[in-house]
Amino acid sequence: MSTTTSMNEQAEPKVEWLDRVLAISATVGKRLAMPVVGFAAFLLLWSVAAQNIDTSLGKFPGPQAVWQQFGALHAEHTRSREKEAAFYERQEKRNAARVAEDPDYVPKIRAYTGKETFVDQIGTSLVTVMSGFFLAALLAIPLGIAIGLSRTLNDAVNPIVQLFKPVSPLAWLPLVTMVVSALYVTPDPLVAKSFLVSMITVTLCCIWPMVINTSVGVASIDKDLVNVSRVLRLPALTHVKKIVLPASVPMIFTGMRLSLGVAWMVLIAAEMLAQNPGLGKFVWDEFQNGSSDSLGRIMAAVLVIGFIGFLLDRGMLLIQRWVSWDKSSIAH
Amino acid sequence: MQSMNIVKRALRMLLSVSLVLAPGAWAEKLGYPEKEELTFGFIKLTDMAPIAIAYENGYFEDEGLYVTIEAQANWKVLLDGVIDGRLDGAHMLAGQPLAATMGFGTKAHIITPFSMDLNGNGITVSNAVWDEMKPHIPKMADGRPVHPIKADYLKPVVEKYRDAGKPFNMGMVFPVSTHNYELRYWLAAGGIHPGYYAPHKGDISGQIEAEALLSVTPPPQMPATLEAGTIYGYCVGEPWNQQAVFKGIGVPVITDYEIWKDNPEKVFGITKEFSEKYPNTTVRIVRALIRAAMWLDANDNANRPAAVKILSQSNYVGADYDVIANSMTGTFEYEKGDKRPVPDFNVFFRYNATYPYYSDAIWYLTQMRRWGQIAEDKPDTWYHDLASSVYRPDIYTKAAQSLIAEKIAEAKDFPDFAKEDGYKPAQSEFIDGVVYDGRKPNAYIDSFKIGLKSGQTL
Repeated sequence: MSTTTSMNEQAEPKVEWLDRVLAISATVGKRLAMPVVGFAAFLLLWSVAAQNIDTSLGKFPGPQAVWQQFGALHAEHTRSREKEAAFYERQEKRNAARVAEDPDYVPKIRAYTGKETFVDQIGTSLVTVMSGFFLAALLAIPLGIAIGLSRTLNDAVNPIVQLFKPVSPLAWLPLVTMVVSALYVTPDPLVAKSFLVSMITVTLCCIWPMVINTSVGVASIDKDLVNVSRVLRLPALTHVKKIVLPASVPMIFTGMRLSLGVAWMVLIAAEMLAQNPGLGKFVWDEFQNGSSDSLGRIMAAVLVIGFIGFLLDRGMLLIQRWVSWDKSSIAH
Repeated sequence: MQSMNIVKRALRMLLSVSLVLAPGAWAEKLGYPEKEELTFGFIKLTDMAPIAIAYENGYFEDEGLYVTIEAQANWKVLLDGVIDGRLDGAHMLAGQPLAATMGFGTKAHIITPFSMDLNGNGITVSNAVWDEMKPHIPKMADGRPVHPIKADYLKPVVEKYRDAGKPFNMGMVFPVSTHNYELRYWLAAGGIHPGYYAPHKGDISGQIEAEALLSVTPPPQMPATLEAGTIYGYCVGEPWNQQAVFKGIGVPVITDYEIWKDNPEKVFGITKEFSEKYPNTTVRIVRALIRAAMWLDANDNANRPAAVKILSQSNYVGADYDVIANSMTGTFEYEKGDKRPVPDFNVFFRYNATYPYYSDAIWYLTQMRRWGQIAEDKPDTWYHDLASSVYRPDIYTKAAQSLIAEKIAEAKDFPDFAKEDGYKPAQSEFIDGVVYDGRKPNAYIDSFKIGLKSGQTL
């Protein structure tokens, strides 16, 4: 008898623990179930549709073909890294041989000359988008605050902002290309021209949502807060630092999130059109190749572009949550 | 000990004497390259092979050159890249350095010390046009059409389209491209007027009096443009004719080998400034390219499958192995299933393919005059002067002789440098049988039925 009781006593906490796990997994399951179902349905629809689309490059790639291309791209990347190592090894030998023959020579290690792989292209695109975005933020947030604080300035600048906001990156691109080519002439450039062109195009397109949101955020600060600042006679800078910035952070970040989304979309288009290194160029190159793998590789790039865009957005959201005092104001 | 030294010294002396005395030997040693990091541009075509091979086989590195190779969107972007210094050199259309130096299009002094290949283009028509052409073409015993197919058989189709009020559009890759001149040559030989240019009047469309309207499409986009119905045919390099066969959207009717046997195709172009600023680099680039060309043609094209494998990588041409191999390995597929041997479809080295002949340059200049890109008459001397300021056999000779001295190449594979004057003997193997002598460009221009003649301006 006593053994049963003790067993019961022991079993009870176990059940509780199990219950909790079950409950958690039920909620997690409920939250995950629909996305999983949705994803499965999408895959099914995709593979059925793909089988029925015949292009001159063969069938439209289904999920399996794209998965294979991910493998191929990875293999290519590994191979390229091996070639890179061999390249440096050969270079060192050659440099040593030359120094032996020509003692005045100062050996120099040159960067690997091989083609960027898919992984490299992702890296390039990310660096470019972040640089363009930060440059835009650096310009847009102070400008937005100034506009938000001053009605007069707002009236002056607003028409210009409204005029440039809807301009597509592709319209800016030729101008940016020519201007950069004309102004950026150094014998030993720090960064590539193509990088500057992509970055400035991104900046030009993603600056506007930040300006607008920041100014609206600043302009709509609670009157009470402004009054408090007045009563305390805070100097202008302290007013901005202590009152304006904290109060408008949610709106600023909403603008930044919008901008980053725009930046990512713009970048891919700009890279594609200007043949600047990055994912956009990868897509265009594959389109030009017209091999039987091309469509699969483009589809792989599309998925990666989408996934990175999603990650960027989530990342921005996390930062926004972290810096905002008003957690309820943040939309998903 | 001392006697050893004497022997050594004597040997060394003997060696240096023999080097100096060796016929055509490269007396002074070639210096180190002044510029080591280079970027070269190319268009996705199989005839960019010498650049890819020089890179992959390490010939550039052997010269101490670290080369990055970049695909370009189209010929204009590529040329502008070389002119503004973004690219150090590039795979170019033979007409590009000539036109740029002359000032037709962007003006800049571009030179070419290396001719990249012979032949390699084809003319493809859409399936619909082919179906209408085919009944007019004579057949062989087995029912296959007799080759070469002349444009005479396309003429009734063009006339039908014109009668129906439909413009007969065709694609070529660039106004000064070999393809433009070859397509024009073929059309005109068959009595179809391809239209004149009139740059002095600001008309650079090249469609004045045209029966077939030619316009520019970048090579890799040719098949897609044909498929979309924007053009009814095109002239382009490989693999874009074979791609049409594989995709089943068109039929190549003729290769340029049949229009003009062993015609010069691409060249390697650099600015004059580059060649003067970096003379050692320039010679070293040519050395690497000559070695690549030798490798491509070695042992009767034995290395071609390996070359095709490299070219099919996505960073070079990127088309499927089979598509590239179809023309690179000595065959050419016309209609689907009608694969015929054309061993010289791509020639990279034999027949002195890499030597920059003045007469090759002048042929392109005569065609520019024939179609009005050169608006006015020029004396024969003008043709020679322009050709010799752009085509630079002197640099080529330096590079080749240093390779011969190092026993990497053999003198018998090159023209006799002591006697070579840059002019090939008169050639008659054109589809219309007209004889071309590079020394008499004006007489040649006057010998065509269709085309501008001496004294004529539009």
